[in-house]
Amino acid sequence: MFDNINLQQLIFGRFTIEQIPYHEPILIGTFAGVAVMGVAVLALITYYRFWGPLWRDWVTSIDHKKIGIMYCVFASIMLLRGFADAIMMRSQQAISFGSEQGYLPPHHYDQIFTAHGMIMIFFVAMPFVTGLMNYAVPLQIGARDVAFPFLNNFSLWMTVAGGILVMVSLFVGEFSRATWLAYPPLSGADMSPGVGVDYYIWALQIAGIGTTLSGINLVATIVKMRAPGMTMMKLPIFVWSSLCTNILIVAAFPILTAVLVLLSLDRYLGMHFFTNDLGGNAMLYFNLIWIWGHPEVYILILPAFGVFSEITSTFCGKRLFGYTSMVYALVVITILAYLVWLHHFFTMGSGADVNSFFGITTMIISIPTGAKIFNWMFTMYRGRIRFDVPMLWTVAFIVTFVIGGMTGVLLAVPPADFVLHNSLFLIAHFHNVIIGGVLFGMFAGVTFWFPKAFGFKLDEFWGKVALCFWVSGFYVAFMPLYVLGLMGVTRRMQHFDDPSLQIWFVIAALGAGLIALGIAAQIIMFVVSIRRREQLRDLTGDPWGGRTLEWSTSSPPPDYNFAFTPVVHDSDAWWDMKNRGYSRPLTGYRPIHMPKNTATGAILAGLSFVFGFAMVWYVWWLAAVSFAAILVVAIHHTFNYDREFYIPADEVSRTEGQRSRVLEMA
Amino acid sequence: MTDPAPRHDSGARPRARRARALPFLALPLLALLGGCNLVVMQPMGYVAEQQRNLVLASTGLMLLIIVPVIACTLFFAWHFRASNEKAVYDPDWHHSTQLEVLIWTAPLMIIIALGALTWISTHTLDPFRPLTRIDAKRALPAGVEPLQVEVVAMDWKWLFLYPQYGVATVNELAAPVDRPITFKITATNVMNTFYIPTLAGMIYAMPGMETKLHAVINKAGDYEGRSAHYSGAGFSNMFFAFRGLSNADFDAWVAKAKAEGKDLSQDTYTELARPSEAEPARLYKSYADGLYRRILDLCPFPGQMCMSEMMRIDAQGGATGAEAEANYERLRYDKALAAQGNEPPGATAPASGSPPHSQTQPQGMQPRPDMGNPDSRGSGEQPVGQDRPDQIAPKQLNE
Repeated sequence: MFDNINLQQLIFGRFTIEQIPYHEPILIGTFAGVAVMGVAVLALITYYRFWGPLWRDWVTSIDHKKIGIMYCVFASIMLLRGFADAIMMRSQQAISFGSEQGYLPPHHYDQIFTAHGMIMIFFVAMPFVTGLMNYAVPLQIGARDVAFPFLNNFSLWMTVAGGILVMVSLFVGEFSRATWLAYPPLSGADMSPGVGVDYYIWALQIAGIGTTLSGINLVATIVKMRAPGMTMMKLPIFVWSSLCTNILIVAAFPILTAVLVLLSLDRYLGMHFFTNDLGGNAMLYFNLIWIWGHPEVYILILPAFGVFSEITSTFCGKRLFGYTSMVYALVVITILAYLVWLHHFFTMGSGADVNSFFGITTMIISIPTGAKIFNWMFTMYRGRIRFDVPMLWTVAFIVTFVIGGMTGVLLAVPPADFVLHNSLFLIAHFHNVIIGGVLFGMFAGVTFWFPKAFGFKLDEFWGKVALCFWVSGFYVAFMPLYVLGLMGVTRRMQHFDDPSLQIWFVIAALGAGLIALGIAAQIIMFVVSIRRREQLRDLTGDPWGGRTLEWSTSSPPPDYNFAFTPVVHDSDAWWDMKNRGYSRPLTGYRPIHMPKNTATGAILAGLSFVFGFAMVWYVWWLAAVSFAAILVVAIHHTFNYDREFYIPADEVSRTEGQRSRVLEMA
Repeated sequence: MTDPAPRHDSGARPRARRARALPFLALPLLALLGGCNLVVMQPMGYVAEQQRNLVLASTGLMLLIIVPVIACTLFFAWHFRASNEKAVYDPDWHHSTQLEVLIWTAPLMIIIALGALTWISTHTLDPFRPLTRIDAKRALPAGVEPLQVEVVAMDWKWLFLYPQYGVATVNELAAPVDRPITFKITATNVMNTFYIPTLAGMIYAMPGMETKLHAVINKAGDYEGRSAHYSGAGFSNMFFAFRGLSNADFDAWVAKAKAEGKDLSQDTYTELARPSEAEPARLYKSYADGLYRRILDLCPFPGQMCMSEMMRIDAQGGATGAEAEANYERLRYDKALAAQGNEPPGATAPASGSPPHSQTQPQGMQPRPDMGNPDSRGSGEQPVGQDRPDQIAPKQLNE
């Protein structure tokens, strides 16, 4: 290891100037675009003198509402990146036929599909889900913040640091080509010796810490910080789904961390957990990664289920049908989520007993899932359904999701999986549930809670336009993939020889184009809504006729959420309060105990980013320094006793007085 | 690459109609579907045919519940719209024991049926289970010796060994119609999936491990086989021809291999082990002794220690000192590939010596001419490791 050491390697590790892809036109173009936009954003921040507020009110904020918003903003930005990858893949596959090789050579294309999968799951779906939970859960349970506010801020910035590390791989070195789960032996040091897999590992490790901590935080919040009277069976259903999700996170993410540690030991220290030689075995990795990976699927979808439950009952103006059975369905899904992981590799050659066990447990999950769908259906039954944008997403979800569920159960039959596994049918299936389930759920949730977060609704026209493009785009993009799967076409192909397939890929590319229009419509929706905010303004704090506690406070809520902790008597607490003629208490305010902002989370995450980057490039001195700095800063933070303050009663009184005046105007 | 012509086999048409019954693909593009070959839905092998039937049966079972759900959802959404004053509005109606029983038992019943189907079919269609029938109507006649084929997934090509005939092929697999085939499958260094859609479902090909597949082809013809599991830069070209032949044609094919093929000697194998893509089909009249066993045992090259030997040494208490050191070097299987100048399948900058994201092709890749790239590498005749020995991948590691 030390026989041919030289100064350059000592200082820069394996980084050389050649690692900057300055001869790649696509990347230079991207970089130029990013740089121009970055400079523009920085200039705007400077122009509006926003640096101070940005740091004081956002970066260092431990307010769960702001953190939730920042998670969603981060997820939206990463969605653009992940979708850019998707467009590149779709267009490459639409043109790369016969003698035409397309514009992406395999070693570039392979990075793109790896990045697409990894970014969409870890840096789009996860932050969206975490963001919505962060925003809505404390409000729904009548709490003033999460249980560990500093941890919440730290989690956010760790997730962002992981995301930045992935983005840096675009311009410094390159990204992994070993697929989004980095299966060994391909991802091992001997087979993928470059920096790509290391970027993958460290991005996930850093973001994974954030996710795990955020899971712990929300479990503690839900278990310990519910308003008086809110027993477990009176929790809003979104809170129940969040509880199940975060239990899954707490129990599943450490497995991901452990398996990535093992992979890093293989790659960095020449150990042999998953290598071919010296008795390593890649099958171990497959099992471990999917013991995390399958619960992950439910980590993403359960919050979406929760969002749809809230929306259905709100817009039907009706109590959720079968609340108890909904809760049990969630719990059963949570438990079963751990008993199905092997269905991701039926084709590995486990015996028939093992395969059928995992196949049947997978099918059993469809029973509680089916029950939930029925419950939404019967919530609509005898309702008075207002088709605002969130409700439209919900109907689109139900129809799309049952199709995806059906193809999923089909894939759970092992011999059927033998002919469909790793084919485009599989790709179509999981996009069917992840776009049709998770993403639609997140869009519905953002539209639903946006007026709560900002005090004005999103523009309805553009919301509907976006919905039309997304839904039609989804079907046009992914139904052809089902067909291609039945034609035996497999995933991750950079080039095809059979010209008869091309038409399907062209259709799929058109679908991706429609989705692009959907995204454009969403961007327009935000711009138009911000410009028309005075017309869209909601003064009541309860624009949809809501049922849960978040709608009882102002929009946006004050820092302390609730001047008085609400007392809960029924599962739809706010609906119940409204029905019983609740009147806001206007006197008797007390000082409110609140956590103080801190920069430690952002600093630790910044140092973690440096550590990860140094590890990727083998810059050992920098890794050591940054790791030591992480320890020092973390220990230093434990000596910070100045982390709480009281909002004086006067100020609460002023804020609430202001709210009273606004309510009179409304 | 195989000829796309057999995709439009006219004998396949009647079955294509059944595939159309799948409602989730049927609606938009019926005409298009009629013109394409849904090979998974119209297989030519008994195993794949049963798998197809299972796909259809499971889909049918699920549609029993999916169609009413979609219909009811859309109907309820429309009927109970706020503007429909006539619809009943009952804001507190949220429980009905009968309905609860129904919504839990209806899916349960479907899943019980599907679960039974799964249990039975998973056992009968276990790829490790020898066939007892050659198609739906004919049981396996006594005394028929299955065709043995040993399959090796290599860097972007397939090697097939026929131990009963002593011949070997690259990227071409032939089998007589109606004779059961027993595949033993492994890989040289990374995972792949062995998949002939028309014949049977897929199974992983994994280095150092052996999977098995039993199947039979029922109709003569030229078909396509592929890898379904991503294995590095040349993955997109990991196809092979699968030829179902009559017995006479198969014998002639073997004879042709014996007459025209070269010998797959140790040296030829070493050459073959270099990464390469889109290899033309090739026949070998013979192959080195015990080649498949040594590939499986991770010791195909001279001087390597086999895993089985290591395990024997370990079982006897293990080696110590200098002996252990020597054994360790001989066990470095993956490194041995690189030491021969083979660029690893997932090699990336800086290990490969090519700059990141560059259009320089990885070793073994065919040039991509239309990208206007002056320094595209050749088709693998001059591996980078030989041109630039200082840039062989593993040198970068941990130095």
